[in-house]
Amino acid sequence: MKTIKFGLAFVGLLALASSCTSVKEYQKSRINDSDMELSSRKSEKFEQAFYLYREGASGANGGKSGGGCGCN
Amino acid sequence: MKKVILAIGLYAGFLHAGKAQLSTYYGDTTNYKSRKLKFEEANIVTGYYFQDGNNSAITGGIGTEKLTDLANSFDITFSKLDRYNRLHTLNVDFNIDRYTSASSDNIDPLTKSSASKEDTHIYPSINWSVKDDIARTTKSLGYAFSTEYDYRSHGFNGGITFLSKDKNTEYALKGSAYLDTYMCILPSELRPADYPSGAHRDQAGIAYKPRNTFSGSFSIAQVINQRLQVMGIIEPGYQEGLLSTPFHRVYFTNKNHTTEKLPSTKMKLPVGLRLSYFVGDNVVIRGFYRFYVDNWGMVAHTANLEIPYKISPFFSVMPFYRVNNQTASKYFNKYGMHDANETYYTSDYDLSTFISEFVGMGVRMAPPGGIAKVVNWNSMELRYGYYHRSNGMVGHSVSLQIKIK
Repeated sequence: MKTIKFGLAFVGLLALASSCTSVKEYQKSRINDSDMELSSRKSEKFEQAFYLYREGASGANGGKSGGGCGCN
Repeated sequence: MKKVILAIGLYAGFLHAGKAQLSTYYGDTTNYKSRKLKFEEANIVTGYYFQDGNNSAITGGIGTEKLTDLANSFDITFSKLDRYNRLHTLNVDFNIDRYTSASSDNIDPLTKSSASKEDTHIYPSINWSVKDDIARTTKSLGYAFSTEYDYRSHGFNGGITFLSKDKNTEYALKGSAYLDTYMCILPSELRPADYPSGAHRDQAGIAYKPRNTFSGSFSIAQVINQRLQVMGIIEPGYQEGLLSTPFHRVYFTNKNHTTEKLPSTKMKLPVGLRLSYFVGDNVVIRGFYRFYVDNWGMVAHTANLEIPYKISPFFSVMPFYRVNNQTASKYFNKYGMHDANETYYTSDYDLSTFISEFVGMGVRMAPPGGIAKVVNWNSMELRYGYYHRSNGMVGHSVSLQIKIK
């Protein structure tokens, strides 16, 4: 039930995001800044690996969600 | 004279109209784009990770977790336009880790050094994508390979993204499959009489078991305004095969012990939200939140906050803080606490209840003439982080990234 509620909230949030005003390409100088990227940094690559191995939760962060042992 | 001027005007008009018509049929011939293979960028990342704790799963939830890992990565990206002006991008990534693990030495405590006290992990990957500006789509395919002493993995992935007409919304669908094989090395005292140790010259007849991971993801990225963009991602996953680690020990209340036993399937559902917000002219707020639930009883909340501050256009500092709060898997219990009648059992503290925190700082330099006046040396980034788990495990991570462009 908790998962369903969270899923509904997620879909609602996405619907809200989709109703935003349009930003023109020439207005995106800040949006296109490298720090604004909606992904992990390359320099975080090995940090992502030890989170994957040392914690039970994984995925939904753009990183790897399988492959490799991490059993040590 | 008027006739001459009129004739020149009509001729110029015909020429212009003709050129416009040609452009319609063959594309904009004045906007020529090179179709040669182009080097985009290369990245070198070196990282060192150290951890220590006292809850090793190899010794049943007690004992050293000391581990060091020296990791190196090199990736290179090329691009090329095809005759339909679609941009093909090829990325080749090669990674090699050298790690030492004190706990792994306890698989075979009577020998000086067991099979995986030290190991090299090699994992190259290749990704190809095609971006079509007219259809506003990007399609991608990838393959990844990973090998360790007792583990081998083949990974396949594919995806497609759709960009809205105003280029403010991006929908992405991805799928991946990892087909892994595990060499079943058992703790020395739990091996059947004729079962090999797994050492280099003692592998004849050893068991190999599969572990497969399948996941799909769907994400929407949306530009909200000139300073804010967000992304939501949902990535359900399914695993099957040998999901326990054959050399993890479990001690029961009746003082007997055996190897870890976990179900052969697992379903998980992580849902993530990312946000980037540009504050003023110098500060960016980068946020990430993830909710995770799986059918082994684990629920986790993970949040990450990074605030890059641009001291100058070419130099930034990036403090960050990450916290992860997870509840234990229903199959977890501490050393000597499992009942021998249980169907599944583990004392792996990675599956226990804990709060972990990771705090640190990064610095990035990207001067206009290149680092040390080397024009192609585009930028350099250095990060340090301190990791702490509420059950006592601590870690340190340092990484250095060099970008060549």
